[in-house]
Amino acid sequence: MSFFGKREEPIPPKAVGGPPAAPKPPEPVPVKEAIQMSTLPSRMPEQRFDNANSAVIGKSVVVKGQILSREDLTIEGEVEGTVELHEHRLTVGLNGKVSAGVKARELVVLGSVHGNVDITDKIDIRKDAKLVGDIKTARIVIEDGAFFKGNIDIVRPEPSRQAAPSPAAPKPQATASGSASTATAPAVTAGAGDAKR
Amino acid sequence: METRQSNGLDQFCSLLEERPGLAILDLAGASQGTINFVTGLGHRLCFDDFLQHLDSSFAEGDFYENQSDPHRVEEFVRCALDFPDANFDGALVWDTLEYLTPSLLALVMGRLHAMLRPGAVVLALFHAQEQKAPIPSFSYRIQDRKTIAMARRGDRQRAQFFNNRGLEKLFQDFKSVKFFLTRDALREVIVRR
Repeated sequence: MSFFGKREEPIPPKAVGGPPAAPKPPEPVPVKEAIQMSTLPSRMPEQRFDNANSAVIGKSVVVKGQILSREDLTIEGEVEGTVELHEHRLTVGLNGKVSAGVKARELVVLGSVHGNVDITDKIDIRKDAKLVGDIKTARIVIEDGAFFKGNIDIVRPEPSRQAAPSPAAPKPQATASGSASTATAPAVTAGAGDAKR
Repeated sequence: METRQSNGLDQFCSLLEERPGLAILDLAGASQGTINFVTGLGHRLCFDDFLQHLDSSFAEGDFYENQSDPHRVEEFVRCALDFPDANFDGALVWDTLEYLTPSLLALVMGRLHAMLRPGAVVLALFHAQEQKAPIPSFSYRIQDRKTIAMARRGDRQRAQFFNNRGLEKLFQDFKSVKFFLTRDALREVIVRR
């Protein structure tokens, strides 16, 4: 009971002075951006990596023989033999142990690799990773704390005549590459800056 | 990260500029700065972390007594010095030779001499203080032609002290030995095979 004897009822603010409000559809909640933005560098300190779009050899898997992949591959288990991903990226995860010759476009090592590697674009050897073997690559990034033993042979890629745009008719960049290469573009650019410093 | 100006490194880099396609050995372990510098001049680079091999072979127990254990020495040579003969045109040895006892040092010098091609150049560093107290140990990297970047990796006790006469004796199988005077207590030595 209120002070003047009226019954206290909660009055919805929009109902005052108007027809009874029909049940409204729920108001749209302001949608936050689907892509979470971060000021952190793309390489997180805990060395996480994106393997959402790649095939994965899991922790408890042991492979002996030849692996030939036409998509990006992440190895968290053990591989012995040869690994070939000519146009794709191989990631050797924190738990990954590879005793194999490796051929790929790009190699990211967080675990251990024992064998010669032939990479057409870039090798990224992260902190606490181990690579023993000879490297042939166009670019390389080695973080402090990584262990590497072997030769490094930097192979300068020959400029492709087809890829070079004519000054008279520049092509828009957006049409030049597919979605997979777009996803990896920022990391590649950063690595190139480091390596060619 | 500390840095120091180095006339010895400058002299070593003169070799790198003689012609491209040389094979260079760096015993300080892999570093981005050295990779950028050496491969940027068109050379092939080979890394090995000599001090880490020393630790993994001899650190359990008495570090210096272990260096006379034949089994450990054999394992060390197999891991750290398993390069073909006449394979390198230059070697960045830094200060690693100071941590070897005379018998192991003789073995390492023999392998180093064998691994280098005639005319190859070695850059080595030796601390000038005579006292036996532990000295700061570093991981050395090339920052630019005249600058060495040094990342601290603890303290170490040297096995031996070398004066100029001792250094000449150490490199007696090499063609020439050249010393560089420095303001700090570090001798820079350029040796040609």
